[in-house]
Amino acid sequence: MASTLSRRTFLKVSAAAGGALVVGGYLPGLRDVDTATAAGFFEPNVWVKIGADDSVTIMLSADPKVGNTNFGGAQLTAGSNSVRGMWKLLREAGGTARAMLVTAGAETWGVAANTCSTEKGEVVHKTSGRRLRYGSLVDKAAALPVPKTVPLKDPKDFRLLGQALPRLDIPEKVNGKAVFGIDVKRPNMLIARVVRCPVFGGKVASFNADKSKAVAGVRHVVQISNGVAVVADNYWAASKGAQALDVKWDEGALANLSSADIVKKYAALAEQPGKIARNNGDAPAAMKGATRTFERVFEAPFLAHACMEPMNCTADVRSDQCDVWVPTQGQTASHQAAIAASGLPANAVKIHTTYLGGGFGRRGEADFVTEAVETSKAVGKPVKVVWTREDDIQHDFYRPVTYVRMWGALDASGKPVAFMQRLVQQSLMKRIGSLPPNGVDFISVDGSANLPYDIPNVRVEYTEADPGIPYGFWRSVGASVQGYVVEAFIDELATTAGKDPYQFRRELLSKAPRHRAVLDLVAEKAGWGKPLPQGRARGIAVMEAFGSIVGQVAEVSVTNGSVRVHKIWCAVDTGWVINPDTIKAQMEGGTIYGLTAALKGEITIQNGRVVQRHFNDYPMIRHNEAPEVEVHIVPSTQTPGGIGEPSTAVAAGALVNAISAATGKRIYRLPIHAEQFRGTA
Amino acid sequence: MISLTVNGKRYDVDVSPDMPLLWVIRDAIGLTGTKFGCGLSQCGACTVHLDGEPIRSCVTPVSSVGSKKVTTVEGLSPTANHALQAAWIAEQVPQCGYCQSGQLMSAAALLAKKPNPTDADIDAAMSGNICRCGTYQRIRRAIHRAAGA
Repeated sequence: MASTLSRRTFLKVSAAAGGALVVGGYLPGLRDVDTATAAGFFEPNVWVKIGADDSVTIMLSADPKVGNTNFGGAQLTAGSNSVRGMWKLLREAGGTARAMLVTAGAETWGVAANTCSTEKGEVVHKTSGRRLRYGSLVDKAAALPVPKTVPLKDPKDFRLLGQALPRLDIPEKVNGKAVFGIDVKRPNMLIARVVRCPVFGGKVASFNADKSKAVAGVRHVVQISNGVAVVADNYWAASKGAQALDVKWDEGALANLSSADIVKKYAALAEQPGKIARNNGDAPAAMKGATRTFERVFEAPFLAHACMEPMNCTADVRSDQCDVWVPTQGQTASHQAAIAASGLPANAVKIHTTYLGGGFGRRGEADFVTEAVETSKAVGKPVKVVWTREDDIQHDFYRPVTYVRMWGALDASGKPVAFMQRLVQQSLMKRIGSLPPNGVDFISVDGSANLPYDIPNVRVEYTEADPGIPYGFWRSVGASVQGYVVEAFIDELATTAGKDPYQFRRELLSKAPRHRAVLDLVAEKAGWGKPLPQGRARGIAVMEAFGSIVGQVAEVSVTNGSVRVHKIWCAVDTGWVINPDTIKAQMEGGTIYGLTAALKGEITIQNGRVVQRHFNDYPMIRHNEAPEVEVHIVPSTQTPGGIGEPSTAVAAGALVNAISAATGKRIYRLPIHAEQFRGTA
Repeated sequence: MISLTVNGKRYDVDVSPDMPLLWVIRDAIGLTGTKFGCGLSQCGACTVHLDGEPIRSCVTPVSSVGSKKVTTVEGLSPTANHALQAAWIAEQVPQCGYCQSGQLMSAAALLAKKPNPTDADIDAAMSGNICRCGTYQRIRRAIHRAAGA
């Protein structure tokens, strides 16, 4: 297997101080390619370094979202993109280094390069049995020209990839030594709490700092763009000072907005056709001629991320330099925010990434960076801004509320002939740029525009709406809604057609072999169709998200209106497996995240502000409710897919289908409420 | 000045008597393994031991500690090789890791009382500790592993 290096790969080889061969690659998308090239310098963001001491180091320009990107284990970052995006480049960089070491070895011995190979860190001349360590060849190799084509290692020769290697971050996460953002200490550092307007879009009208300043330990009370920062010697003093603050708000235009208003507006928008995301055949015409037709309306709520580590950021702004310590999923966004807030040039602003206590998309934002930099600048000292749990629940960038109309039609044999979706949602593409000319946010229709089922007439429409509530990327993003609505709707078509939900899907996946293999695997492992214990019922779902195919079977019981999830079986085809245990861990955790949202998660807006405040009214699945998640991985030679998000997306689908199997009632709105199936179980 | 014993060491701290033990441990003493998650005793991230009993340090005023001995995750074992810590590594439990100090302290208090806990014991002792990464089943396995060690 060989790869011709593309122009945009920009592999570059250099010798490093102390003797090392360094192959640097540039992967567009990690940093703006035009910025790097226009600036006239080559700035790699992926490196493979082979040292004179035989060490091999792979460096990635990505954050360790849950602490494992840098351990060769993860296939995730924001957008589950780190290994997924860099896989080809990493293999090319490694292949280039290996080819150059082989050439260096061959030249040393005066033999042809094609008579040499590599094995466990050595170049080997097969016929003579001579061997040279990589480290002894790095200087010579670094002086060689970069090959135009590089042989990639045959996957059957992979020695480490595919192995469940232990993660390197875990020891310091069990002894209290790991330094998260909230643990950062700087000399002369002060701690700040920010008091923000409870109404979105509101501003400080006036404030009186006297009572705050009367609290022992409070040093400064300063207005910043996001509210008022109370700055003190320690967190407790800052917290008491913040509670004592006398502030009046200009609540702004959203002061009367409620969730009910938003849904009403979305429902009205859904009366009109949206922008066309996908259009195969003629779904409206097929609806007219069909034996049975259905229309269903689904709703999904705003959701907070609720990372265990409350948002925080430490900034030290001096006249000529700004240092920021931040638990972030988005170094570039943090850097830009710090540049803007400090007023300093880019090269005077440095971002230090710490461990982060959960991200899930929330830490791709940089609002907490702006707060810390503005506050440090105002008081002239290093400042750590620490949020409370209430701040976190009430000032998030929420998974957008979604209103979905679905239409479907079955022919006389029970085969689906039409599938239509019209979805109203805030646009995430606008958060990172703009909508494309066709007006379709492809993130919102991730799961319906790529519907895998072989249905002759498919139409998917998207309508943008923006009620002004902050919204953002929440684990699995658009697919977090689609995994629910599409799979619940398909399931209803199946049972209405009198067919088994697994077999119904299977028949429709004849042109989607990866989906079908995943569905078959999860059904087989769960023992789909076998008799269940009294009171138990099962649901199934399958979808593609972030380049991976994921399927689940959920087993539940419903007693007195209360749902108990007993077990989840999960199958995934995520392409080449880098570290199987990390994949299992992400599938397990992502499933719990998705189940938590489906069973409990809802942020409601009243008078322009969030009603929920803590873990008591924005609850989480706990030990006593958490089902076992059994994960099976499909062997695959495809490009690695994302692994942090797919199981979150599919979890609600399998769950609601299991509840429907148990109760006979379909779930058209999340989270699940007992009223939806009262009297049935 | 308030005196307290943390991980076998005596500290004299000049703090407000209503300051929660959590912030005394973190801000005044400087041990940051104990985490802030909610401030309302709802998530368990701040769990430490007071004379061996698991408590939520975020709602425990330092003035109420008195002569009771405080143990944090840093003091769970002098060489970080408590059976639970070894089991946490063997089962590759942590993801982000933020809640794990509290999980370990709750689990250590459980094992001290019930060396061979059932799943129901684990539910009862651990359900005050939230893990947003969803590592619950690995925590359960790790507790059973440590109990069997």
